[in-house]
Amino acid sequence: MSNELEHLSAKVTAGTMTRREFMSRAAALGVTAAVASTMLADAAKAATPVPGGTFRMGVQGGESTNSQDPATWASDVPITIGRLWGETLVRVMPDGSLEGLVAESWEGSADASTWTFKIRENCMFSNGNAVTAEDVMKTMERHSNEESKSGALGIMQGIKSMSADGMSFVVELDGANADLPYLMADYHLMIQPGGGFDNPTAAIGTGAYVMEDYEAGVRATATRRDDYWGGDQTQVAHYDRIELIVLNDATARTAALQSGQVDAINRVEPKVAKLLDRAPNVNVVNVSGRGHYVFIAHVDTAPFDNNDLRLALKYAINRQEMVDKILQGYGGIGNDMPINAAYPLFDQTIPQREFDLDKAREHYEKSGHDGSPIILRTADGAFPGAVDAAALFQASCQAAGIPLEIKREPNDGYWSEVWNKQPFCASYWGGRPVQDQMYATAYLSSADWNDTRWKRDDFDAMLLEARAELDEVKRMEIYSKMGRMLNEEGGLILPMFNDFIDGVSSEVQGYEGDPNADLMNYYAFKETWKA
Amino acid sequence: MHPVLSLIAQRLVLGVLLLFAASVLIFAGTTILPGDVAQQILGQAATPESLANLRAELGLNDPPVTRYFGWLGGVLQGDLGTALTNQRDIAESLGQRLSNTLFLAFWAALISVPLAILLGLTAVRYKDRWPDKLISAVTLASISIPEFLIGYVLMFFVAVQLGWAPSVAMINDSMNFGQKLNAIALPVAVLTLVVLAHMMRMTRAAILNVMQSAYIETAELKGLSTFAVIRKHAFPNAIAPIVNVVMINLAYLVVGVVVIEVVFVYPGMGQYLVDHVSKRDVPVVQACGLIFAAVYIGLNMIADIVSILANPRLRHPK
Repeated sequence: MSNELEHLSAKVTAGTMTRREFMSRAAALGVTAAVASTMLADAAKAATPVPGGTFRMGVQGGESTNSQDPATWASDVPITIGRLWGETLVRVMPDGSLEGLVAESWEGSADASTWTFKIRENCMFSNGNAVTAEDVMKTMERHSNEESKSGALGIMQGIKSMSADGMSFVVELDGANADLPYLMADYHLMIQPGGGFDNPTAAIGTGAYVMEDYEAGVRATATRRDDYWGGDQTQVAHYDRIELIVLNDATARTAALQSGQVDAINRVEPKVAKLLDRAPNVNVVNVSGRGHYVFIAHVDTAPFDNNDLRLALKYAINRQEMVDKILQGYGGIGNDMPINAAYPLFDQTIPQREFDLDKAREHYEKSGHDGSPIILRTADGAFPGAVDAAALFQASCQAAGIPLEIKREPNDGYWSEVWNKQPFCASYWGGRPVQDQMYATAYLSSADWNDTRWKRDDFDAMLLEARAELDEVKRMEIYSKMGRMLNEEGGLILPMFNDFIDGVSSEVQGYEGDPNADLMNYYAFKETWKA
Repeated sequence: MHPVLSLIAQRLVLGVLLLFAASVLIFAGTTILPGDVAQQILGQAATPESLANLRAELGLNDPPVTRYFGWLGGVLQGDLGTALTNQRDIAESLGQRLSNTLFLAFWAALISVPLAILLGLTAVRYKDRWPDKLISAVTLASISIPEFLIGYVLMFFVAVQLGWAPSVAMINDSMNFGQKLNAIALPVAVLTLVVLAHMMRMTRAAILNVMQSAYIETAELKGLSTFAVIRKHAFPNAIAPIVNVVMINLAYLVVGVVVIEVVFVYPGMGQYLVDHVSKRDVPVVQACGLIFAAVYIGLNMIADIVSILANPRLRHPK
């Protein structure tokens, strides 16, 4: 009964239930009015952050080969650890807006080709030095110069020159880009003293915590800094201490949460999410994001150079079945374009492609394919459930008379030997904060990761036009055209967008899903507290 | 020179040669795997330029033979080098992992070896009666169930339902000895269940074999009790095969427990090695390979020496 009441009082605090409604429900449960209003007061108190304590995270995605150098980060553990000690210029908020971290404010020139970031005055590195525009510039140089091995090198290509002037950091671009500030939120671009040229793995930054212990692929601990620019522990970064342990095994992760060894975990498996949510003292927080699971075909390679064949495959995939069976409902159906409603400037009116075996058969016959097997490569590591998803796809293709054949590849070496090399394979994308970045990363003719070989001058022209367009209505129109174009002709078969599913102890307050990434875009340590 | 000493010397020389051969095989093996360390580090985020820059920085453009001899030269001077993936000193990070692995193996062995031998002796004492059958049935069942399943079952009941021991067996320097023992309770239990049957069955078989001998009959006719016969006359003569099996299982406890490490998130050598193999971090794989090979060779040598010492005919050759 008290669980029920706690649940109801939380609803009142969250504003989804009125006080009057709560009192009558409480009375129905046999609680006196006095007790009921005390409970409400407690619930309201829980909404005020309480400083102190230790936040323990169990995170998937770490290996003993991980480095503390931001340039090499690619998985959840190093990124989560990085957010503890380091900060980027700006941050993408759950609603898609930008907020300044190291940068206090920023401004673009009228043609959006020059951007000026004003660095915070009171922002200090954990080594005691104040951040200068010079540090910021050096950091950006390390991720974009000719010797760079950074994972951010791809997004830094449009930069023509950079300069530091007092507390201002100025970026000049080759062309206009209205979304440039969003690129500065990339997790690789942690501002480091002197750009991190001397010691990239020093883990010294402007974050709210300083590293205490670090063992690659095993655990990391950090303690709160007193001189954090964002304020004291009652305002932000409430915990005294953060502990992160690497839990790559899914069962070990859920067991650790259930037995109270950790307070939050990422990547709850969809098949256990509903069961875990029912367990006592544990909540499952899921949020639909921009990440998606895909089957990608090279549009310049036979037989996928035939648009009718691509359309046949697109009509033959049963999206709802995949969401139900592969994601257990924790996700949404895709529409053969990498953009969904989680992106700003998304056009809701683009028609959804339906599962239609007659149309699939029609397009397949029109394509004149010789009937030889169409080989789809997949692996367990391509995305969770990729082998099963391929089997579902094969079954529905068979019903339309399309001879799809599955070739299972080893996980080991999948990203270097199969993805972006073989003409048709399973893959995933994590999504990007804005449409421009997603398209520029994988659908521009010159993009390194153009994994569908989508090289269309008219598409490129539209992307550049949208980039320079500061009128949002016009930009949305251009993006809508681009989305429709990929939907009709692209090599991307996108059955589903996956949710981020975290598991959180009920002791933890203030935990809200963030569509940018799991663990509240890795900021859970900064914004939650324990009651 | 005493024949035992010359045998040890011979074994040591052979062991070093074997280590050398193992390092060549490991190097060749990791080199022919698809992809290199630069591709594995950058993964999906690789661009041609960043790949080229990283390869140049890590010295991957040198021919394999040059890289191998560069590594060998370092090892002969006691320098294991630094990991390609994160530039950490290999000796340092490996030392931590090795001591964790030995800690777990030590406690698992301390419980499982005496228990297995005791159970084997008991099974012989009550041959073909219910204690024998029960011991055999339980140990054979536990060796037949995959170890990760035993791990998950124990985790669910002991850690999640009862809360007696943590499900995450993570140990670190800030823990005291008691906390460490509590942390490894579940993996030790699983490892004990996994290795028990092999050693127990071998003890039982070896002793039963000896029990057929004429001198055992004599001992029985002297009026000694069954346990005394087993302890004083049968066991010393059965020790050689038992030691061999015990050594194989000890070697397994050191080099073969990666599944248990993953299930219980134990920071041992197995997970460390697997991570570096999947990233093609050759120097680390080489270092781990050398240690694992040395453990096998060393334990086998101990088994041989114990067999010789236990056998008067070998101990005093004509």
